[in-house]
Amino acid sequence: MKRLGEQLLTEESFSEIMMGNHALVRAMVEAGTRVVASYPGSPTPEIAEAITAIAAKKRPFYFEFSTNEKVATEIAYGAAVNGHLSTAFFKSVGLNVASDTFVQLSLMNLVGGMVLILGDDPGANSSQNEQDNRHYARMSYTPVLEPASPAEAYRFYKEAAALAVKHHMPVILRLTTHVCHAKERISFAAWKPMPWDRTPRFDKKKGPYIPLTAEVFPMKRRALQRLDAVEAEGNDSPLNTLIDNGDKSRGILTAGLPFLSVMEVTKHLTQKPDILKLGTIHPLPRKRILDFLRDHQEVKVVEELDDIIEKEIKSLAFDRRLQTRIIGKTDREEWIGEYTADKVFSVLKKTWPDLFPDIEKGSRKEVHIPSRPPQMCPGCGHRSAFFAIKKALQKTDITVADIGCHTLGFLPPYEVGDLLMCMGASTAIGSGMALFNDTRKVVAFLGDSTFFHAGLPGIINAVFNRHNITLIIMENGTTAMTGHQDHPGVGRNVNQPTDRIPVRSLLEGIGVKHIFEADTYLQDKLTDMVKQALAVDGLSVVIARHPCMLKFNREQRKKPGYQTRRVDIDKNICRRIYDCVAIFGCPTFTRMKDGSVEVNPDLCIGDGSCIQTCPAKAISPVKERP
Amino acid sequence: MDEFNVYLTGVGGQGIGLLSEILIRAADRTGFHVISVDTHGLAQRGGIVISQLRMGDSVFSPLIPAGCADLVVALERHEALRGMQAFLKDRGALVYYDAVWQPLDVRLKKASEVGKETIAELCQSRGIREIRVDWPSLPDARMQNIVILGTLDAYRLIPGIDTAYYEGAMQDLMTEKMLEGNLSLFRNVSARLKDKPK
Repeated sequence: MKRLGEQLLTEESFSEIMMGNHALVRAMVEAGTRVVASYPGSPTPEIAEAITAIAAKKRPFYFEFSTNEKVATEIAYGAAVNGHLSTAFFKSVGLNVASDTFVQLSLMNLVGGMVLILGDDPGANSSQNEQDNRHYARMSYTPVLEPASPAEAYRFYKEAAALAVKHHMPVILRLTTHVCHAKERISFAAWKPMPWDRTPRFDKKKGPYIPLTAEVFPMKRRALQRLDAVEAEGNDSPLNTLIDNGDKSRGILTAGLPFLSVMEVTKHLTQKPDILKLGTIHPLPRKRILDFLRDHQEVKVVEELDDIIEKEIKSLAFDRRLQTRIIGKTDREEWIGEYTADKVFSVLKKTWPDLFPDIEKGSRKEVHIPSRPPQMCPGCGHRSAFFAIKKALQKTDITVADIGCHTLGFLPPYEVGDLLMCMGASTAIGSGMALFNDTRKVVAFLGDSTFFHAGLPGIINAVFNRHNITLIIMENGTTAMTGHQDHPGVGRNVNQPTDRIPVRSLLEGIGVKHIFEADTYLQDKLTDMVKQALAVDGLSVVIARHPCMLKFNREQRKKPGYQTRRVDIDKNICRRIYDCVAIFGCPTFTRMKDGSVEVNPDLCIGDGSCIQTCPAKAISPVKERP
Repeated sequence: MDEFNVYLTGVGGQGIGLLSEILIRAADRTGFHVISVDTHGLAQRGGIVISQLRMGDSVFSPLIPAGCADLVVALERHEALRGMQAFLKDRGALVYYDAVWQPLDVRLKKASEVGKETIAELCQSRGIREIRVDWPSLPDARMQNIVILGTLDAYRLIPGIDTAYYEGAMQDLMTEKMLEGNLSLFRNVSARLKDKPK
């Protein structure tokens, strides 16, 4: 089998099993996309995984990980006004970061066109909320296409690109987690490489590009007119499909992954409702929808997250004085969670109890299984950090977490992290909590990628306004949680080596006067540093540094002559204090039935950061075996 | 075929990703319609990792409805039980590698470890075919997924997938030493289990 990078550049048509996120990259290649920018965030990083599977020299477009989503959007905008088809992609909440730029895009004449790929996360599988980004689309007059499957993700990207190019506008391709990550066999079209066009086509006459005063209204008018044009095309678009089951009384209107759930739960019904599956979800194809409404007595809107389509078609039906009964969300539970087949079953059963039989729930014996929250990996420098930092803190102190692997410190046994908001928010939230507060120390945490992403303004503010907090920067040298992408502090970008921006230099440049540094494996030193930092009146920063051990260990394993390492507990020395398993909490330590503690050899990486945590000194490295 | 659902589960780092990639490619060779979906992102850090594989003509969503899996495959004991309780049909099949990666509450002594006897009892009460796998001589814990693959082959647990399809899928995804090691383990496991049917 060809490697992914080669598949994506195959010139002949072919078919392959592919994840939605990977298939998108083939669509970019075929569509002639020239500039792509992103900031990593689930459910989208596998798009970058596929992009980087193509060697940088062979890649038919430019790609970068930008410092944050707003910057990525601006890179794509700049490229688009210069005549290139561009794309920015990131996760749902990334659009909040990008929004200041994003909401202006539709006002502009994007000469080359721009597709924004959004990975929304109904079910909050890996996000702090399940925000419905269709709201942003309405606010910014931006069309949205929404695929239901990987094959559609591939096809819809090309449609989105065609729209964007034709109307010189931004178009959103809205994906959700299980569209991004589903896999199926997809037929890909042929592709002919195009020569690079190096002409910068920016021309002020194609503007205006300065949306001020009198220019704003015509620009807004043009954006609305484009939206009308897109709607007209949507009415005839094959992206909206009718599943005609010959039911004149009941219809279901749906879009995206919930469509597949509807198909799943209605497949065994003798009389299946008709289904109108929307692919162009903003602006809605009103003519198409009106026809569907007129053809049915009752229409249920099966809509994941918020009631956007529902509201719009109810007002449409009101204006046209339609008699069709439109059933939207009937209770608040219908606003919550991913519309899996199970969820859609419960939604539809409430709507039409007669269609769906009661499921007999036998009185099956169920056993409680302890939950398994995500954990810091064995050897993780953050674990040593939390273990050491906790010793410097009072119970009443307030710890503010930020986004990243270190967020997991809020879990027992560490319980460091009382609040969490979003990327880079910790310093300023902590600063606010330090006001009118002489008794409880405030400690904020920040990862290094997040430091560059959105952390700086809060730190500058703390210097500028003389806030009294301690910030601990957890520097592991990578963007770990999303799969080890490089950031500006690393000295390498996704394409090439680059100048490193050291965290410390930046802090010094900002004017932070009290900076402490320690490798987190030096736990006593770190405890001492944090104590010193807490004693500072004003802003103090501790850089708690250790490379991501998951990444480090993976790299070590690939080296010739690599030997596995691990630690062991000497049962004759162990006094059953349980600090290793219950306070340090490395998942390697396992409680045996007889009360002893053992090391799980499948998990231990032999980093030895645990050795210093044992008061009895019972943990030691296993001697190398031949 | 109408529908066959395989629910795979384990802990981040156990190799569910590779196992599921081999399975979808092996299943694709049967000619049946196949879709799958894996967990990515945050949950992979020592949390539960799930992969769902669905085969058949009347399969739409990549997500298996609760209680609709024909086969639950697990790489860890607690996750075997969790997957089985939420997804496995009565009289379905459970295959699990009997590794224990203690969940947080067990390590904190707030809950007790699930015993293999508990799983056996529950399987028996629901008519579930239980196949517990352990391969003590394994050189690398990350090969437990291949032991599972050999087991699926030996007992023909997924309809339509022949040995050649599993091997073809492995050849698609691996090269050189990795392929050699895994293929020989796969054949070894499959042959030894075929010799002594359950």
